[in-house]
Amino acid sequence: MAVSAYFASLSLLKLIKNVPGGIAQGLIWGLMALGVLITFRLLDVADLTVDGSFTLGAAVTVMLIIAGWPAWLALVIAVIAGILAGLCTGLLHVKLGIPVILAGILTQFSLYSINLRIMGMAANKALSVDKFNLLLSSRFIPSAILTSLIITLALVIIFYWYFGTEQGSALRATGANPAMSSALGIDVGAMKVLGLSLSNGVVALSGGLMSQYQGFADINMGRGAIVIGLAAVIIGEVLGKAILGRHLNFFGSMSFVVIGGIVYYLVVVLVLWLKLNSNDLKLITAVIVALFLAVPYLREQRKTSFKRLRVKEDSRHA
Amino acid sequence: MLKLESIFKTFNKGTINEKQALAGLSLHLNPGDFVTVIGGNGAGKSTMLNAVAGVWPVDSGRVILDGEDITAKPEHKRAEFIGRVFQDPMMGTAPNMQLEENLALAVRRGERRGLRWAVTQAEREEYREKLRTLGLGLEDRMTAKVGLLSGGQRQALTLLMASLKKPKLLLLDEHTAALDPATAAKVLELSDKIVSDDKLTTMMITHNMKDAIEHGNRLIMMNQGKIILDISGEEKKHLTKHELIDMFAQVANTTLDSDEVLLSK
Repeated sequence: MAVSAYFASLSLLKLIKNVPGGIAQGLIWGLMALGVLITFRLLDVADLTVDGSFTLGAAVTVMLIIAGWPAWLALVIAVIAGILAGLCTGLLHVKLGIPVILAGILTQFSLYSINLRIMGMAANKALSVDKFNLLLSSRFIPSAILTSLIITLALVIIFYWYFGTEQGSALRATGANPAMSSALGIDVGAMKVLGLSLSNGVVALSGGLMSQYQGFADINMGRGAIVIGLAAVIIGEVLGKAILGRHLNFFGSMSFVVIGGIVYYLVVVLVLWLKLNSNDLKLITAVIVALFLAVPYLREQRKTSFKRLRVKEDSRHA
Repeated sequence: MLKLESIFKTFNKGTINEKQALAGLSLHLNPGDFVTVIGGNGAGKSTMLNAVAGVWPVDSGRVILDGEDITAKPEHKRAEFIGRVFQDPMMGTAPNMQLEENLALAVRRGERRGLRWAVTQAEREEYREKLRTLGLGLEDRMTAKVGLLSGGQRQALTLLMASLKKPKLLLLDEHTAALDPATAAKVLELSDKIVSDDKLTTMMITHNMKDAIEHGNRLIMMNQGKIILDISGEEKKHLTKHELIDMFAQVANTTLDSDEVLLSK
């Protein structure tokens, strides 16, 4: 009885109505995941600064727009703020020898205070689309999708070009093989700082867009951004490999990361529609990301593990 | 070409693992010298190469390359003048980048890396020709990821990467030790060809006495962070394996008998 009542209470129409909003938010998170892609896949480091720099981008954008700045200029300043946050993590790591994960945590931790100060000690700042001229808003979802799609596509094209240049290539080499890179005259430390800065600039841009979309900045809006970013990267990789296989180039990888962000957010929409407790969302996300991160390792283990030998041994005695 | 002046390097100073790896090492290489380096484990062979490459700063002494004092220059700034091939085939290349991308990275040793394309069409033609000379069929796999190549192919590629932009000094750190004998012989042959074609000043560490005798115009033997034997010219040409082993034993014995060694053990 309870089950049928539960299913009766679900309205398919409501789900369909929520899909466009999910796509818009997914695009913005997908943009953030592009930043995570730079550090996690290209530089081969897990940068936890992003939780803070996402909020930083939102805080800077909201406050500047309230102060009367045009939205696009506020976003530019937000990107610069994000770059500075990444620079901070990079210098902590490269110049002071702090492990990159810890450096990221330190920056992120300090950004909490900084973001609060930026927002005038308020945990939440509203940004009404009625009062200000915003680039996008959840009130006008089709145009929000179009705007974020254009910005994301532009960034994918810029990155595709950049990582094909000498400098971008040196940055990729740094992540792939630091010892070789140094032997080939690449300043590995400088490349790491550069990569972390770029990444956090993108993340702050995404935060700035999100604050306009949802119409406010919140001190906690970046919490778990790294995990969502990783989820998007991983979902994108799985989909990309499944659909394009060997033909997956860097342009494809980046596109699929954005698609990964959208898929992630549509799953969120689905979870909410199923009336599951949205507070469990982070738990579910974490479990999914952990599973996907474990797959390559477990696959390798299956080929070469002591356990496998033990099974053989047993069957021999049997 | 290369001058090492009484170089000292001690690792883990002040701890129980303190190890003096270079003990006043001096060496002078003439332009075009191809020196093979032999010595027991812990003799300081790799440490010497790393001191030249600038992997870490030396404790004291001077490294002078082609008249320029490079002692205070970090590794990535010396890279402009120095080509290197490592023992581990995994170490010299970026596995998840394409062959041509790896070569293009190497060609730009010592140059500012800006926003020009990482690989140009003209370069591709040049790389194709150079890869063809390796005789490994790599010229048809320029866009393949290097991680797909065998150890021997990767060492051959690293060798090409180290010499594409002519270095003042080529450092080969047991670069054939991890390969099977047939592949090792092929890579060695290739090394000889590249060194003689480009007249490169070269230092090659090897564990193989035969290789040390057959290659290069000069042979040095190291022990306890110093050079204890330096043979070149006619003497090197007529050197036999047995003579070398005798010399090795003789020198090793004399050092073993000396009070200094006994006390430090």
